Amino acid sequence: MKKLLISAASALIISAGGAMANDENVPDVAFSFEGPFGTFDVAQLRRGFQVYSEVCSSCHGMKFVPIRTLSDDGGPQLDPAFVREYAAGLDPVVDKDTGEERDRKETDMFPTRIGDGMGPDLSVMAKARKGFSGPNGTGMNQLFKGIGGPEYIYNYVIGFEENPPCAPDGIDGYYYNHTFQPGGVPDSCKDANGVKITHGSWAQMPPPLVEDQVEYEDGTKATIDQMAYDVAAFLTWAAEPKLMARKQMGMVAVVLLGLLSVLLYLTNKRLWAPYKGKH
Amino acid sequence: MSGIPHDHYEPKTGIEKWLHDRLPIVSLIYDTIMIPTPKNLNWWWIWGIVLAFTLVLQIVTGVVLAMHYTPHVDMAFASVEHIMRDVNGGWALRYIHANGASLFFLAVYIHIFRGLYYGSYKAPREVTWIIGMIIYLLMMGTAFMGYVLPWGQMSFWGATVITGLFGAFPGFGPAVQEWLLGGPAVDNATLNRFFSLHYLLPFVIAALVALHIWAFHTTGNNNPTGVEVRRGSKAEAEKDTLPFWPYFVIKDLFALTLVVLAFFAVVAYMPNFLGEPDNYIQANPLQTPAHIVPEWYFLPFYAILRAFTADVWAVILVDGLTFGIVDAKLFGVLAMFGAIIVMALVPWLDTSKVRSGVYRPKFKLWFWLLVVDFVVLAWVGAMPTGEPYATISLIGAAYWFAYFLVILPLLGATEKPLPMPATIEEDFNSHYGNPAE
Repeated sequence: MKKLLISAASALIISAGGAMANDENVPDVAFSFEGPFGTFDVAQLRRGFQVYSEVCSSCHGMKFVPIRTLSDDGGPQLDPAFVREYAAGLDPVVDKDTGEERDRKETDMFPTRIGDGMGPDLSVMAKARKGFSGPNGTGMNQLFKGIGGPEYIYNYVIGFEENPPCAPDGIDGYYYNHTFQPGGVPDSCKDANGVKITHGSWAQMPPPLVEDQVEYEDGTKATIDQMAYDVAAFLTWAAEPKLMARKQMGMVAVVLLGLLSVLLYLTNKRLWAPYKGKH
Repeated sequence: MSGIPHDHYEPKTGIEKWLHDRLPIVSLIYDTIMIPTPKNLNWWWIWGIVLAFTLVLQIVTGVVLAMHYTPHVDMAFASVEHIMRDVNGGWALRYIHANGASLFFLAVYIHIFRGLYYGSYKAPREVTWIIGMIIYLLMMGTAFMGYVLPWGQMSFWGATVITGLFGAFPGFGPAVQEWLLGGPAVDNATLNRFFSLHYLLPFVIAALVALHIWAFHTTGNNNPTGVEVRRGSKAEAEKDTLPFWPYFVIKDLFALTLVVLAFFAVVAYMPNFLGEPDNYIQANPLQTPAHIVPEWYFLPFYAILRAFTADVWAVILVDGLTFGIVDAKLFGVLAMFGAIIVMALVPWLDTSKVRSGVYRPKFKLWFWLLVVDFVVLAWVGAMPTGEPYATISLIGAAYWFAYFLVILPLLGATEKPLPMPATIEEDFNSHYGNPAE
């Protein structure tokens, strides 16, 4: 009976997390920051930052991320002098107090990108997408692998492919992406019920990366795969800059509460001993 | 206060007597924490403490979050990011608060089902039960409004859908909806009033919790046998009970520690597991998300809301009988509220003389089926519309009502209960042996 209720309760939690299907096309990718002991790989965050600033940032802002946090512990830990210089090189800002345009400082946010041809803000993108909510929409996978935001970004960035055979010639301004689901699909790629027969859909963003597009300072070869992997890690840090502090807190909490529970168990046992005979 | 005979506080020193004559507060606290408690309470009785703890946790973290949060449509989302990035420990406060809501509902559902199994709602504890149900309703309101505050996509569209339910009532419905929203649609006025009420309601809940405790301290706790504590004399009562402090405080704290341990593991390692990724996208009134799903703790009732579509015969019948006033949408809304109302009325729907489900062989099966039903409804509530989910949710919703309105009233007459122990002492000794032996 007890077991039944416990499993019922846990099933309830599990059924809640994942809920919706159709994102099973985001396979798992191993990242250094996963699991209770996972940490960000500083070198990878720096590489990812390089990809963001040299490629993504021309169309994607990060308006909630203060530039100064690039030198924080638990992040890319870039040199504060470099970060100051980097900030000054970005678009100028309109000062809140004076109303006049001035150079961007490290205490400002990353630039905002809005308007024609600009993409969505990437500040919390790694938490706003998900992957592998299966099997069968139960969300069990997310219980073990996380929500799948970084995996989504990685799979999306590498997911651009040639148009599938069903597509008509010349879809200008749209690019077929294997991972991308919410985009449009031409009528010739739909079945009689209007359901798309392609795996992915058409995105407005062109394939963003080409081989050796950036020159990594640490000498890592800049393959498309590598750059997608690094920028997914960087955006995870951007979305969750306190991830490492959080996991450390978790470890302290679990260990201390574990000790406390042992002490309370023994206290409780001793307290009740006079009232409980040996059966 | 009548109830179980026990030792009362006696002021001894001069200052104690002085205070006691003017404000017997020490006496009140003493009587509350030394209350005689049935000694056979099992581990299902720990969730009350978990709930009290969670209420305090939510109020404390919430008060601090409110210091840094801005209830304005242009700034709410950014202020949450400010909390996550710049406020010292802000990320911890927010994740604890957000997941605290889930802990709260997990605990309250176990607490409610414990009450349903052991017949804790039966005379003389009906008032405790009713107050508990009001607390549960207020919790739902508080959680719903709290979820709107981060002003993500799911905040906005959840608020739109749920307040739309009130608009389903004919005549006054649209006016009520507009009054709730502070305008024709979810906007800044909505966010402001939800913030205000989200701050207020927990204190109303705290006051009701005090009444809830007062009520069951008046009647005494129920216990797994449902057999009442003997109250003939203090000596007799002491054979059935132990004082709450230290015996149950330590026991409950031990259990609470394990629950909080699991809770912090969730907060630290999977803080967004129970959330919806769409809520990390800032609210956009021009873009409806592909799926609007409420938080998990609303899903069973959300499933009941959606179960009654226009092609269900009961809906067609009611629609015809009311000349279209009660259409499918209103039917669903009434069913959702009704599902909670029938649960609140269970003290008068359950006709059995036997309190505890332990001694009710047929009841047990139906009860566990209700638990399964609840889980199935939660699951189907998260699924898209269409088959087979529509049929499953209809069966689930029908069983929910059948349990309270048909099965419980009939079982009282048809069921042959099992023999019960005469006293709590007898039950306790049968589990743990008699220490005198």
